Amino acid sequence: MQLFTCPFCGPRPETEFHFGGDADNDRPGAEASDASWTDYLFFRHNRKGPAREIWMHLSCREAFLMERDTVTHTVTATLALGGEA
Amino acid sequence: MSGWRTGAGWALDRSESLSFTFDGKTVPTFKGDTVASALLASGQRIVGRSFKYHRPRGFWGAGSEEPNGIADIHGAQHRPNVQMTLEPAAQGLRLRSINGHPTAEHDRMAFLDRFSRFIPAAFYYKTFMRPDWHLFEPRIRAMAGLGRLDLAAQGFGPSASVNTTCDVLVVGAGPAGLAAAKTEAKAGRKVILCDEGMHVGGSLLYRPARIDGQEARDWVAAMVAELTALGVRILARTTAFGRYDHGLTGLAEAQPGGAAPRIWHVRAAETILAAGAIERHLPFANNDLPGVMSAEAGLHYLARFGVAVGRRVVVATTNGTAYDTARALHEAGAEVTLLDLRGRAAAGQHPFRIIAGQTIETALGRRQVEAVRLASGERIEADTVLVSGGHTPTVHLYSQAQGKLRWDEGLRAFLPGDPVPGLRVIGAAVGIYDLSRILPGQGVVATAYGSSTALWPKPRAKGRIWLDMQNDVTTKDVELAHRENLTSVEHLKRYTTLGMANDQGRMSNLPGLALMAELTGRSIPETGTTTYRPPFSPVPLASFAGLRGGELMNPVRRLPLEAEHRVDGALFREYGGWLRPAWFGPDEGAVMREAKAARQGVGLFDGSPLGKIEVIGPDAAKFVDFIYYNTMSTLKPGRCRYGFVLTEGGAVYDDGVLVRLDENRFIVSCSSSHVQGMGLLLEEWRQDKFDRSRVVIHDTTANYATLTVTGPKSRDLLQAIGLEAALDDASLPHMALTLGQFQGDEVRITRVSFTGDRSYELSIRADRALGLWRRLKEAGRAFDAVLLGGEALMILRAEKGYIVIGKDTDGRTRPMDLGVKGPFEKRKGDYLGRRSLHLPAVADQARDLVGLESLGAEPLPVGAHVVETVAGKRRSRGFVTTSHMSPNLNRPIALGLVEGGSARMGEVVTLHHLGQEVQARIAPVCALDPEGRLLDA
Repeated sequence: MQLFTCPFCGPRPETEFHFGGDADNDRPGAEASDASWTDYLFFRHNRKGPAREIWMHLSCREAFLMERDTVTHTVTATLALGGEA
Repeated sequence: MSGWRTGAGWALDRSESLSFTFDGKTVPTFKGDTVASALLASGQRIVGRSFKYHRPRGFWGAGSEEPNGIADIHGAQHRPNVQMTLEPAAQGLRLRSINGHPTAEHDRMAFLDRFSRFIPAAFYYKTFMRPDWHLFEPRIRAMAGLGRLDLAAQGFGPSASVNTTCDVLVVGAGPAGLAAAKTEAKAGRKVILCDEGMHVGGSLLYRPARIDGQEARDWVAAMVAELTALGVRILARTTAFGRYDHGLTGLAEAQPGGAAPRIWHVRAAETILAAGAIERHLPFANNDLPGVMSAEAGLHYLARFGVAVGRRVVVATTNGTAYDTARALHEAGAEVTLLDLRGRAAAGQHPFRIIAGQTIETALGRRQVEAVRLASGERIEADTVLVSGGHTPTVHLYSQAQGKLRWDEGLRAFLPGDPVPGLRVIGAAVGIYDLSRILPGQGVVATAYGSSTALWPKPRAKGRIWLDMQNDVTTKDVELAHRENLTSVEHLKRYTTLGMANDQGRMSNLPGLALMAELTGRSIPETGTTTYRPPFSPVPLASFAGLRGGELMNPVRRLPLEAEHRVDGALFREYGGWLRPAWFGPDEGAVMREAKAARQGVGLFDGSPLGKIEVIGPDAAKFVDFIYYNTMSTLKPGRCRYGFVLTEGGAVYDDGVLVRLDENRFIVSCSSSHVQGMGLLLEEWRQDKFDRSRVVIHDTTANYATLTVTGPKSRDLLQAIGLEAALDDASLPHMALTLGQFQGDEVRITRVSFTGDRSYELSIRADRALGLWRRLKEAGRAFDAVLLGGEALMILRAEKGYIVIGKDTDGRTRPMDLGVKGPFEKRKGDYLGRRSLHLPAVADQARDLVGLESLGAEPLPVGAHVVETVAGKRRSRGFVTTSHMSPNLNRPIALGLVEGGSARMGEVVTLHHLGQEVQARIAPVCALDPEGRLLDA
């Protein structure tokens, strides 16, 4: 079981977290093409190595940015999105 | 009969004689024995039958390396596949050997061994291909396999898991582990020390040595006292079975009294692996005969349990460690011959015969070893052969932590290579075997083991040489794999099953690898090793489940008024995680009575689980506009609006009423079972797309009880109890809200309906709900009020065609399929899932929600499919989602999702269900009061 550091609550076991998707998967505007919208919906990079992801800590309900390596499972950084923490 | 008690054995308490049974035979034992030591002392040689050939098997080892000595424990505390070498002997234990038909001593399947040449590795893949493997599988499985589950017996009792952290976890409490634990504890660190054995001490429990002027065991006892005083937590009978991410190690601690081993999740800043090394076998023909044992185990049984494993003993070794065994057995009175494969005897005087440079060619004997024949042709009579083929460091946890092993040619072993952060490997696990090097500067007096050699299996050997005793793999199987070009270690493993038994190839992997290296002309490191995976030793699933069983598996949420409902005779069922009344009364007939009475007078329903998530802030209106399919910002304060929430993929995720309390405050009244999901969804979008300081989410579902009053007389009842609010239809029309008071508490009165009748939902502080509920019941007598359970409510809503998300919809259902097309066609601006509704592919094979009128007298079966021929192929075009007998219409009613259904009103379709065919007419979803007059009746 991995250990993630919530920017608000500190290190917690991974079961307390909810994966929110790739950090760069921005929602296209209302006039997006079919292709860019379906990419947003379905296409995932599934990156091997360094990844930037959104996670939510279910205990405090705060979403945050996590930089981690999907091969070594090293968590390099966790950052609050609104800059509060 | 060959083993006997010498009278020594420090671990035993001989004051009390105990006994257990093995295959029905009574075995005397003492406190402190393991099952294995007691069986060996009683002279029991055959303790199991082999997996495939049903060869007789005896004990090989004395610890978790044991491949053969596995038995099922029967009785009240049934446990299959117990390693007898680790199981403490106890009074009254009932053991049954594995694979014996009926017993290990007398196995009528033993004939299989004579056919062994016809059943090599993978024979069943080739033999039972036609016509179908599944025809043969049950019989083959019945003949092979290990222990058997007694399904009638009670399983493990639950054990709570422990989560803990420490500075240092030390795995293995041998000399290296004990010394490391002391160093760390003295440096002020919090230390946990675990060992799989009953006693800590590792090899010091049986190897002769003096440390700091003390006998080894006294030194261990002093260390334990000192470590305990330093606050070290010492866990015996505890196996570190797996190494996981970020410093987590899983431990399984054996429990007394039939409870499952307790799982410890230990998160340690540093883990020290001092797991020791496992003795290797030697390759000679019939090396699996009972009586052929590890030399280390021979010494262990003698020193700790006072069990001499034989009277005429041949010790064969590639190194110096077996000299301890030979000397001890000689001193105990056995006749010992030592074969030193290094070519010359160890220095010093030895009181037993030594033959240097001679290997064993074969063990002789039918049911157990009777003699050995050397390569020179010499025959030596022996009832026991003790073997040391060198040692394999136990590096499993290092390897599980993604450590890369390196081959050490000098030690002829795989050792930890590059360091892994947070994990340090010490002692015999890194190939340091001499005690004086493990405990430097501590006045160690112990045997120096000197040089060692290795003897790997060779191709084309005479006779059958066992590599994996648990899975019955011989050198011939590896040669077969090579001939068939399955030369990679992973192929070799899967083809021959080498190392795939529950000992995880502890003994067999390396010799198998060495033989494949020889066959392919590669070196051992070029041949490689298989991947090490948890668990190191088998751990029952019950351990991982911990307390999460039965009611605690998925605890239900309970209503604040549960006790009151029970007094009223409610039958409780689980609905979406909530325990709620299904009906009130002794039998299911109550459902129809409730559903009928509620439309005639008034029904009282406890709707407390209904979602009450508040959305608050200056941007709240903008936010709910984005969240809902329907435009919500135009809603006036004090009014309610029904709407859908979609997924980004455009499917309906939830439906419900949105209440606007005031300009900047909404209540999302989502489905009971979606409260958690909706809360998360709202929070995610709030943080992703909105200014967090201008809109916040607050789930108040559990703070309020919601009591629903429905039926033509509902307003009369509310007026009778006096809620200090204007309830006339002008002041409080359908889909409006007002605030009242009940005994000083605020009551939120929303006029919304899930029954089609005039209905009011009263939300009040959960802890004050009982007074209001009792008042409603008392005053309700004058209005023929009836208590309404969940089942009757389902009928009432189905009569109206009101949907339940997830029941009448699936992951493809769009709002248009439910007949709500307005926002799709007209709404401007973005909302959740909007763009997906405009994707071309989504409309293909869309299914509409329709009513289905059964042409028969019985309700349609839920799940029945509309099967039709489309383009020459029969396929499902939809299915029944809801079906009831309506007590108010006196006929069956149903809802279903049917392709193009809304354009097929009045058509008769054929429904198929479990071989039956029924017919139904497609109809509007609303079967009762389509004009909606009852809402204001």
